[in-house]
Parts: sequence; C-alpha cells; structure tokens
Amino acid sequence: MKEERFSHEKGGMHGHPDKGHHPHHPERDHDSVQRHAKGEELLKVNNLSVEYTAGKKITHAVNNVTFEIRRGESLALVGESGCGKSTVAKAILGILPDRGARISSGEMLFEGKDLASIPEKEMEHIRGNKISMVFQDPMTALNPVKRILTQVSAVIRLHNPELSKREAEDRAIEMLKTVGITPDRVRDYPHQFSGGQQQRVVVAIGLSCNPELLLADEPTTALDVTIQAQVLDMMTELIRERNTAMLLITHNLGIVAETCDYVAVLYGGEIVEYGSKREVFKNPSHPYTIGLFGALPDINSESTRLKPIDGIMPEPSDLPAGCKFHTRCPYATECCMEGPVPVVELGGTHRCQCHNLDAVRAATGKEAAV
Amino acid sequence: MSALVELKGLKRYFDTPKGKLHAVDDITMSFEEGQTMGVVGESGCGKSTLARTIIHLQEPTAGQILYKGKDVTYPTKKELPKLREDMQIIFQDPYMTLNPRYTVEDTLKETLTISGQYEKNDLDHQIRRLMDMVGISGRLRMAYPHELSGGRRQRVGIGRALAMNPKFIVCDEPVSALDVSIQAQIINLLMDLQEEFGLTYMFVTHDMSVVHHISHNISVMYLGQLVETSPAKELFRQTLHPYSKALLSAIPSIDIDKPKQRIQLHGELMSPINPKPGCRFAPRCPYATEACRQPQKLEEVLPNHYVACCRVRELNPDLSQAAAPAAAAQ
Repeated sequence: MKEERFSHEKGGMHGHPDKGHHPHHPERDHDSVQRHAKGEELLKVNNLSVEYTAGKKITHAVNNVTFEIRRGESLALVGESGCGKSTVAKAILGILPDRGARISSGEMLFEGKDLASIPEKEMEHIRGNKISMVFQDPMTALNPVKRILTQVSAVIRLHNPELSKREAEDRAIEMLKTVGITPDRVRDYPHQFSGGQQQRVVVAIGLSCNPELLLADEPTTALDVTIQAQVLDMMTELIRERNTAMLLITHNLGIVAETCDYVAVLYGGEIVEYGSKREVFKNPSHPYTIGLFGALPDINSESTRLKPIDGIMPEPSDLPAGCKFHTRCPYATECCMEGPVPVVELGGTHRCQCHNLDAVRAATGKEAAV
Repeated sequence: MSALVELKGLKRYFDTPKGKLHAVDDITMSFEEGQTMGVVGESGCGKSTLARTIIHLQEPTAGQILYKGKDVTYPTKKELPKLREDMQIIFQDPYMTLNPRYTVEDTLKETLTISGQYEKNDLDHQIRRLMDMVGISGRLRMAYPHELSGGRRQRVGIGRALAMNPKFIVCDEPVSALDVSIQAQIINLLMDLQEEFGLTYMFVTHDMSVVHHISHNISVMYLGQLVETSPAKELFRQTLHPYSKALLSAIPSIDIDKPKQRIQLHGELMSPINPKPGCRFAPRCPYATEACRQPQKLEEVLPNHYVACCRVRELNPDLSQAAAPAAAAQ
C-alpha cells in the first residue's frame, strides 16, 4: 500500500505547481517552494535568548543560540528534557506564552524578516503557511470532536480563504492520501485511528499549506518503533519531494542519524556543539555529546556496563555559572566555572563550546583541535 | 540453574462489548533464577498484561503459574501475602505510582512496615540502607516526589520494590520515560542489584537496544502471543521470525555509514478482539502464505531458540543444514 501511495504521489504531486493544478496560493506562486534552489538561506537565528519569568524566578531557557537552516535541509536539535529545545521552536513560530515568556535578545531572520519583531498580523500569515509545526502527541494536537477531514480542510481554508468548502475538502482528501489515510476514512473521528495514523493526520495538517519550514517537535516519540519507522520515512520522503526545510527536535540520536543533515546539541539552553551529521557523529567533541553517545546501549558492543553521565541536568531556573555542563563534566577545570565559554571552530561547519577541548581529545584518544 | 517462575499456557482474556480480547494468549515461558528475561513488543501486544498476571495483579483466564515449582495460579488468601513479598514490580512512570503526599521516607517506611520483617526501631536504619542501595542521598529523605527528578523518582520506585526483599521483580518499562544519560544510570543500578542479591527480572520494554543490554534471554511478543524466544545474544546474531526481524530493523541506528536495510511493515496491528486462528502477524508479514492461516506452534529450531513460524526453515535456508534439535523440549 505504501509503495503505491508514493508512486502515485511522485506521479501526481510533482507536476502540480507547473500545470497549475493548484488553484490555491495564487499570491504565493512567485515564491513557490519549487522555484527556490536547495541550499539557499531560509532561517537564520542569531544569539537568540528566551527567558521565562514566574514571580521573582527567572528561567533562562534558551541562551545565545545561533544556527541557520537552508532550504530543503534539515537540522536536528538534540538534547534532554529541560534543555530548551522546544522553547526554540515555539519562539520561531511565535507561540511562546504571552505572559512570562520573553525573547530577551537576538533575532530570527526568516526570508530576511525578523520573526521576533514583526507584528502578529503578519506572523499569522507566516504561521501555517510558511512555517508549520508537528507536535509530539497527536491525540492532544487533534480536536477529538471533529472529523479529521473537517480539521484538515479548516486549516487549508484558513490560509486560502478564496477556496470554496468543496475545493478545500478535495485538497484535504488529496493531502490525507499522501500520508496514507484512504478516502473512505477521512470522515472518521481522531479516536477511531491508531496513534500512528493520528500522527499521519497531524503531519498532513502541517504540510497541507506547503510550508517552507516544518518544525517537528518529537514527532514520533509517542509511537512504537515499527510505526515510528513508517512515519519518519513518510515525513522525510514528503519534505524531500517538496524541498521543505525541517527543524527536528528529538532526544533520539538514532533518528537524527537517519533523517537530518545538520545537528545542534543543546545543553542548559546553549548549543554546545554544532555541525553536519558526519562531523558530529564521526567526531563528537563536546564532553556532553561524547557522554550522550557513550550512554547509549549499543547492540554491537559486548560491554556489560553502560557509561552514564554523572549527576542530573541542572534546573533551567538554576543554571550554574560558566559552562553549564561543568557540574557533570569529567574534564572540568577551574576556568569552566565562570565566565563565557569560547566557541571553538573545528573546521567545516563544526563548532564546539568548550574550554578544554585539547584535554578532552587527549583523553578520548583523538588528535588535538585544529 | 533452575526456573524460579514458570508459565504454562497462560491466558488472560478480557470481556469487551465486541467479544473476547485476547491480551495474553497461551504463553509458555520460564524465568531462570538470577537472570533477566526481556519481553519485547509494541504497545498492545500484551506484555504489561502478562507482567501483571504473573504477579497476581490480574487473575489468569487459563493456564498455570509455577513459583519455585509450586502451582500458584490461584493463590489462597494465606499464600498471597508471601507471594507479594517475593514478587515486586517497578512501574514505567514513577510519578504516577508514588503517593504525591508521601516523602521518600514515608514511601519506604510504609512498605517496610507492611512487610512486617523489621522491628519498629530498626526501620530508620532500614530506610537509610535502602536509600544507599538505590543511590538517593540522605538529604532527599524528606523530599516529595514533585521535588525529585525523573531518575531519582525511579530510584525511589526501585527502593520501594526492594524493601520487601523480593526474589522476582517485574520491571515494566522502567527507563522509557527517562533521558538517555539517566537511563544508563538506572540500567546500571538494576544490573548491580541483580548481581548483589541474585534477583530475577522480567524486563518489559519496547526498546530493543536496552533489552539487548540487560537481558540473558529475550521473548518477542506480538498481539498476545510469543513469536520468538531465545538467549539474548543468539536472538541478535540470528533473528528468525519475520516480526522480530522487522522490529530489529526499525531501530534507528546511530551508525551513519551503514544505512540499515529497513524491513517496511505495512499496516498496523490488527484487533486483538476475537482474533482469527493462525499467525496474527500474517496480515503485515511480507512472507505470509496460505499455510500461515493455520495456528502456529512454538518450535525449537536451534538449541534454546524457539520460533512460531511455519515458514522459518524456508526463509532461513542456512537453518536446515544445522541439525534440528529433537523437537521434544516443548
């Protein structure tokens, strides 16, 4: 059934924009996704910091985060709970809570416009149309008392008011078909679907307006492994065909290895290591990244003991001074305990935020930093 | 090495308006003393129901549970408390299973008191001993669950299970809710405790790499039935059942140089309500034939390696060369 779906799609979807089969989006035709070359800059986040205030307590959730995503490329934000990865996505989409959350510094340039400062009216046009999001738990993302066809077509109509109800529904059915929901099921309610199918519906909603950037926040964490594999394959296939860029938020390094081009490792709201997938996976340099790889049980290894990272993640409201990781780092020295940590360029796109890279490399048996 | 717990044809059905839901269907399994049996499968395959049935949180519909060779399928009122002491469980979400109004001390003290194994003036010492054992520092003794991180909560859950001095512990997805770096700490702790006290674990999980790490034997379940069971290393070296193969191939690998040949499974789980006879995996199996509509029997195709698939020899040609073990054991 799956091959059939994709071959149908390859035959069908690709031709659409040129043949003018998409009556929707007339105003977007000139900047339609297909006309942009892969690799052109799409989103550039510079020194983004976000803080939450609750009473007198200030939580520094995201600190000085810098990265960029180019068209058709995917970046993974990797980190453990509380490292600020979801906050980054919410800041980009402009859905940080009104009260208590504040972008304290930095800019997010999307097609040249700063998302942090544009008015809400304009943001409404971008949200869903150009940037959309897939959430972790499909059951809470879908409305339980509305049929899925209604939900998908509502999104399409919201962003394409010129479409009639009928046209929007036709397009919704088409979209649901591409994610593997057959037309005979589109009038069912969310609870009639399994978790994997629900997440397919959420992906359909996310991609229904042909966004240029898809934010996926742990899209498969709630699913079983075999279903996770299906949904991931479907998602990567769809965004590759549409040349959509993706920011994937996950804690699973295996998923990163199979779906993304670039990786940013977050700890305590900071990007501690950034690089292409090859650079980071072949040459993990920050002690935290090394620790993460070491803590994974490996099917191919015979060793009986895992190497956990000592201690626990510090509370985001109570981050240590200096390097945020120094309380758990086996290589920490005096200089790590205060002041800013230098970002070391490691060649290519690879960079790492650490004082003691040379010592780390000596200890892990790699050559000294360039 | 002898079996501490044995299951013979264990069944647990639930009545639903649409018919009988076969949550656990004809499971035969044995838990060797001091070893870990990993039970893997996807949600809805009955692995948690199986775990709960074994420790008598649910009554079996049919079949037998043997503990130390003695039939304890339907324990008497007198036998049950002793069984509960010997068989404990660690739950997936320690936050939901700890009383939010109990401090660490309260939680441990309650269990210790119920066990009746200790004098009142000895309790204090025992609480300290348990906290040391599972690695909770003394300053957290008066902390409430919401003040603890996920990993520490799980340590309290483990401490509570150990308070009874059990022999057999069911670990129901104990690390699935934890971050990678913390997950490794808890797995190491469980393995250390097993070594120290000779505990027998039933480790229920959907994470193949975790189960590979901690288990001596692994059983793969699909929709209430056992499809493959074998020593852990053997299962990964030579996976035989098509479902186990698909499950293994679906794990995202961190090796970026060797993209995995993923076996795509189509469709989703069928309903466990009034299932048709025959292999329950057949509707998703790429190799299903007419013969798969017959009920499948668990067969020993290699020493200690049991598979429930009628085409297993056909699909794994190298098997037929290996001398088939006498099909007696089951």
